[in-house]
Amino acid sequence: MVSPKQDIRIGFYVCHCGHNIASMVDCPAVAEYVGQLPGVVLSRDYKYMCSDPGQELIQKDIAEFDLNRVVVASCSPLLHEHTFRNAVAAGGLNPFLFHMVNIREHDSWVHTDRQEATAKAKGLARAAIVRVAHAKSLPVKKVPIHPDVLVVGGGIAGIHAALTLANAGKKVFLVEREPSIGGHMARFDKTFPTLDCAACILTPKMSEVGAHPNITLWSYSDVVKMDGYVGNYTVTVRRQPRYINEELCTGCQECIGNCIYKEPKFPDEFNEGLGKRKPVYISFPQATPQVVLIDPEVCLNFRHGVLTDKCKKTCVEACGDRKAIDFTQKVETREIKVGTIIVATGFKPFDVKRIPQYGYGSYPNVYTALEVERLVNASGPTSGDVILRDGRHPQAIAIIHCVGSRDKKTNRWCSRVCCMYSMKLAHLLKEHTGAEIYNFYIDIRAPGKGYEEFYDKLNEEGVHFIRGRVGEVTDWAMTPEEEGKLVIRVEDTLAGFVRRIPVDMVVLATGLEPQADSQDVRRLFNMSCGTEGFFLERHPKLAPVNTFTDGIFIAGCCQGPRDIPDTVAQAGAAAAEAMVLIDKGYIEQEPNTAYIQPDCSGCKSCIPLCPYTAIAFDATTQKAVINEALCKGCGTCVAACPSGSIGQNLFEDDEIFSEIDGLLTN
Amino acid sequence: MKYSYFPGCSLKGLGRAYEESLLPVMKHLGVELQELDDWNCCGATAYMAVDEAKACVLAARNLALAERSGNPQIMAPCAACYLVLNKTKHYFHDYPAMKATIDRALAAVGLTYAGDTPVRHPLDILLNDVGIEAIKQKVVRPLQGLKVASYYGCQIVRPYATFDDQNNPTSMDRLLEALGATVVRYPLKTKCCGGSLTGTVPEAGIRMVYILLNEARKRGADCLATVCPLCQFNLDAYHAQVRAEYGDVIVPTVYFTQLMGLAFGLPAKQLGLHRAAVPFRWRPAPPEAPQVAAVAAALGSI
Repeated sequence: MVSPKQDIRIGFYVCHCGHNIASMVDCPAVAEYVGQLPGVVLSRDYKYMCSDPGQELIQKDIAEFDLNRVVVASCSPLLHEHTFRNAVAAGGLNPFLFHMVNIREHDSWVHTDRQEATAKAKGLARAAIVRVAHAKSLPVKKVPIHPDVLVVGGGIAGIHAALTLANAGKKVFLVEREPSIGGHMARFDKTFPTLDCAACILTPKMSEVGAHPNITLWSYSDVVKMDGYVGNYTVTVRRQPRYINEELCTGCQECIGNCIYKEPKFPDEFNEGLGKRKPVYISFPQATPQVVLIDPEVCLNFRHGVLTDKCKKTCVEACGDRKAIDFTQKVETREIKVGTIIVATGFKPFDVKRIPQYGYGSYPNVYTALEVERLVNASGPTSGDVILRDGRHPQAIAIIHCVGSRDKKTNRWCSRVCCMYSMKLAHLLKEHTGAEIYNFYIDIRAPGKGYEEFYDKLNEEGVHFIRGRVGEVTDWAMTPEEEGKLVIRVEDTLAGFVRRIPVDMVVLATGLEPQADSQDVRRLFNMSCGTEGFFLERHPKLAPVNTFTDGIFIAGCCQGPRDIPDTVAQAGAAAAEAMVLIDKGYIEQEPNTAYIQPDCSGCKSCIPLCPYTAIAFDATTQKAVINEALCKGCGTCVAACPSGSIGQNLFEDDEIFSEIDGLLTN
Repeated sequence: MKYSYFPGCSLKGLGRAYEESLLPVMKHLGVELQELDDWNCCGATAYMAVDEAKACVLAARNLALAERSGNPQIMAPCAACYLVLNKTKHYFHDYPAMKATIDRALAAVGLTYAGDTPVRHPLDILLNDVGIEAIKQKVVRPLQGLKVASYYGCQIVRPYATFDDQNNPTSMDRLLEALGATVVRYPLKTKCCGGSLTGTVPEAGIRMVYILLNEARKRGADCLATVCPLCQFNLDAYHAQVRAEYGDVIVPTVYFTQLMGLAFGLPAKQLGLHRAAVPFRWRPAPPEAPQVAAVAAALGSI
């Protein structure tokens, strides 16, 4: 171990990062300045420190100049601290005798005055130089990883991630909030641009999930608590009562046929309320698990969700010896241990009522795109017959793009999928009804394999494309032809005038939004969000499925709007990232734990403060002891100790105070 | 509840029926109004288009007077006044150069403006300060059977939607329903009335008047209810021209405050109803409650 009192020999490197740093910071001047600071043996500027030659330079210098400390001023430690620690270790030094200074994100990228930015870089470097003199050699701690994985959300992202892991032999818990997995994709009719039937390609994967020996599927459940750290998470899952014993139910659905309600009466969630269901129901024919459930809000055996036992219970009779119906079920909680978590909680469609001028809710023949998916679907409420709410068949249909998207008043982002699904619906509606179809768009965005070709195909099919954001949908008729119709008022920005187009049906291509409870989920899994509320990836290019919390990955639309191919690719990537950790078997932890110094007075103030219950009291020594395996290095006890007897590796008092001194003195 | 009342030129001139109905209705509801002392032109439409800075200075003087008066909440019934006062307040906060101009101009006459004056429309005050329930309690002659198209015009919810939805305002609908009237669905409720065009490009302006009147007629409305003196005049005064161009479309246009006065049982003569070019004569269907007959009698005597 190198003691701080020993001769300090620091090597300093300032990186140009191409133009990223060099354009705003005078790197040679920084190197020259640092070179004359006490303890600095060597000071260089170099174009790309992270490159192989850059790393080799550090290794060579350590040997040649007998360096015992290294400081690199470059980008964020988030990106390259690991790189440089490895380089330092390869040069024969303990990796924690290295310190990194961020003069890119914290300096060159955020300043516009070269002189001031250079002065700031010098100051930050100086602080690091005086700090690193106090650095200690520390051991790297290895912690084993629990091999099981939790996947949150059973849409196509969660399904694909779970199957990838399970097929690789990993045990997976798949938790889904709805009664069945399948997510939004299960409700789509066909998929663009190939027009594959969504159910035909999804349901085999769903039943594979249901039958897979490595997957524990908990539907109608949600995650309520997460503790621990990468490799060792403890998760609490809440299971809603279905009032059906999942083990005993065979999915025969005789209870549904024999329900006291002879006809379905209640809005069917799966069909967006366009169809009806009974109090005992199964979401859709291919639901997974193939288990019915009872809705206590409308079942006659309950009143306002509370069991009254007043129904004749014809369902129980029908179930007979299977005895699967259990009205006494309660909410259950289960605690599981996993090493990694994949969050795939999906999206929420934009609430079209926020744009009242499009008339959803006022005019019955205005539909959301998701409703139309069900309307054209063979297993939908009308068996694929496009009948309007007023019983007519449409002869002219308007599809309004970008509803809630690309609009400062609602959501600024492009929802990415609406152009393509609008065109898909245009094709399907034309096929089903032969109606004239008008697409109203701002720009057609078709940037995928076969997407532009699909747009061409639609043009050839005679679907109309009118460029302009629709002003309003109204029933204000000005001509006899408009009477009884919905009139689209729009500025045709290619023709250069305002048009009125009468139609029978309006389809609103709703954008994609974060789930309503995305902030709760974010907190639950200790993730970050972008300003729009989608979960934030660790790096937009290079770590798109990682989050800032190790061992937590994201996939699908919870990270941002995307289509099915991209979602599946991302889900596979998240599964692979989880497997990287699992198959390695252990994680290396930052040795940033706190430790008790001999002058501890045993006052016990720190014990209740520790959020991880890592501190105990040793009765024999009459001093506190810290369990290193549990300590997360939060520093709460260090700050709170009245006698200053708790130290923390990597954040020693002399390191921090000298860094502050270095920053403040010229 | 006490407010500075800013009548603007309309409510003392062409739109005096608005003031004649607004003041007694507010008094009846216990809303105290103090007419702003020494108010001046709000700086509305025409001036705003010619010289924004001067228009804003004019408006700011009124806002400054309201702040000084001790009743800083300023009630502006005319839609144009309401908009210009609001716009000036926004410009004052958003554009430092405009603030400097306003400050300098006001200082020259010994006034200051802090920029806090809440600019309120009577509809806003009625719904959010007085409340629908309090209004309902004052209704003695419910307007049962009267079908009204509530027409907000272009200015009170755009561009500043301070108290109602920008695209589908409903505050007047709710108010009129509280009076017992039936509000017909009127999709043109925020369309331009053509007020600035009837004088300059008459064929365009008259067409817009026709569109609004015709749609109200098609929806079965007995009258249009408005919040704006210019809308009232424009929709009321050009029936002859509309007839010449498009045929007869007769729909009276009244101020919402006139309907409130009728429902409160205030004498029709004192509500300025006689000033309209197209008389508002509403007779309920015969087998109605006696109360309604009283309203009809009151109306008949106009």
